[in-house]
Amino acid sequence: MNGRSLAIDDGKCVSCGICIDVCPHGVLAFGEGRVRVDAIERCMECGACAMNCPTGALTVDSGVGCAYAVIRGALQGTAPDCGCGKGDCCT
Amino acid sequence: MVRMRLGIARTSYTTPPGLYALGRPDAESPVLVTANYRMTFDIVRSAMAGHDLWILVLDTKGINVWCAAGKGTFGTDELVGRIEATGLSDVVTHRRLILPQLGATGVRGHEVAKRSGFRVTWGPVRIHDLPAFMKSGMKATPAMRRVTFSFAERLVLTPIEITGSWKISLVALFLCMIVSGLGKTGFHWRAALIDGASAFLLYCAALITGAVVTPLLLPWLPGRPFSIKGAIAGIAIILAIHAHHPVGLHWLLLFPALASFTALNFTGATTFTSLAGVKREIRIAVPLHIVAGGAGLIAWIAGRLA
Repeated sequence: MNGRSLAIDDGKCVSCGICIDVCPHGVLAFGEGRVRVDAIERCMECGACAMNCPTGALTVDSGVGCAYAVIRGALQGTAPDCGCGKGDCCT
Repeated sequence: MVRMRLGIARTSYTTPPGLYALGRPDAESPVLVTANYRMTFDIVRSAMAGHDLWILVLDTKGINVWCAAGKGTFGTDELVGRIEATGLSDVVTHRRLILPQLGATGVRGHEVAKRSGFRVTWGPVRIHDLPAFMKSGMKATPAMRRVTFSFAERLVLTPIEITGSWKISLVALFLCMIVSGLGKTGFHWRAALIDGASAFLLYCAALITGAVVTPLLLPWLPGRPFSIKGAIAGIAIILAIHAHHPVGLHWLLLFPALASFTALNFTGATTFTSLAGVKREIRIAVPLHIVAGGAGLIAWIAGRLA
């Protein structure tokens, strides 16, 4: 279930390894000289890797999994919104 | 710090954005980038005490790095703009910034380099690892790159879950008193106060089950979704209460539903849940919460009027 939107385009990857550095769950690793998905089950689709890939080789449908923000957004008819920075806050 | 954890007047806990000096930095000193949530800034300052460095504080509207990066306020545009606004390129001769790793969902490192000339180095997840990271020539160990969610890390997040729901709790108090006051012969103030108080105590227990007990027992509760963990904790606790002090059928429905819903809302405090996963969980769990909660409420009111 987790990380199923994560994909690497080997043709575009230049093996710089920045994605490995920014991943907070150790999902990616070097293997056979290239970046490989090592532990897909730990991927939370935060998007840090795709955001920082200089060649656009990594893609992921990202977003932070905050139920409070999703429910609040649904009630307001908007995108997920935690309301942080406007009074009440989550963290 | 305690007031900040409780979230009391939390919007006032901001640090003005800008460039700050820690110790006696010079033109060669490292530049750290952080958020303007004052707790974040204070933790950075105390963890790096004894070092001479610059701290570039971004305007994240008083939000921590992880949440602000997710919202985009700890982002590329803000960073590039803040570098220009502070005249950082005149303050330091080098062109390197150290950013917290959890800011990487908001900041595009290579774009910052292109637009500002400053190269982004991704520091460790936790500020406490930064001295060791810098000492080893900006090399992180695998452990420094991984987020954790230990018992202590979960514990400090629980007070905000309680205080953050005060509005709902106020409604719950009102509802407990109204329903408890209902009777065949009209509204009874005595029952509203006495039975209402014990009903509100049960509500508080359910809230604590979802907001404190479930997060603390996270690794040991069965199931992966937070809503299931919360429901299981809720069922276990209400059955334990029921065994010593019978509570009625309605609480057997209301209590787990409330605990489960509260636990579900804790997902945002973690760095382990994906947006797609949370949306899927909400689609299944929230309708069940509504059904169980509604049935519980009807059973409760019916019981008072019967």
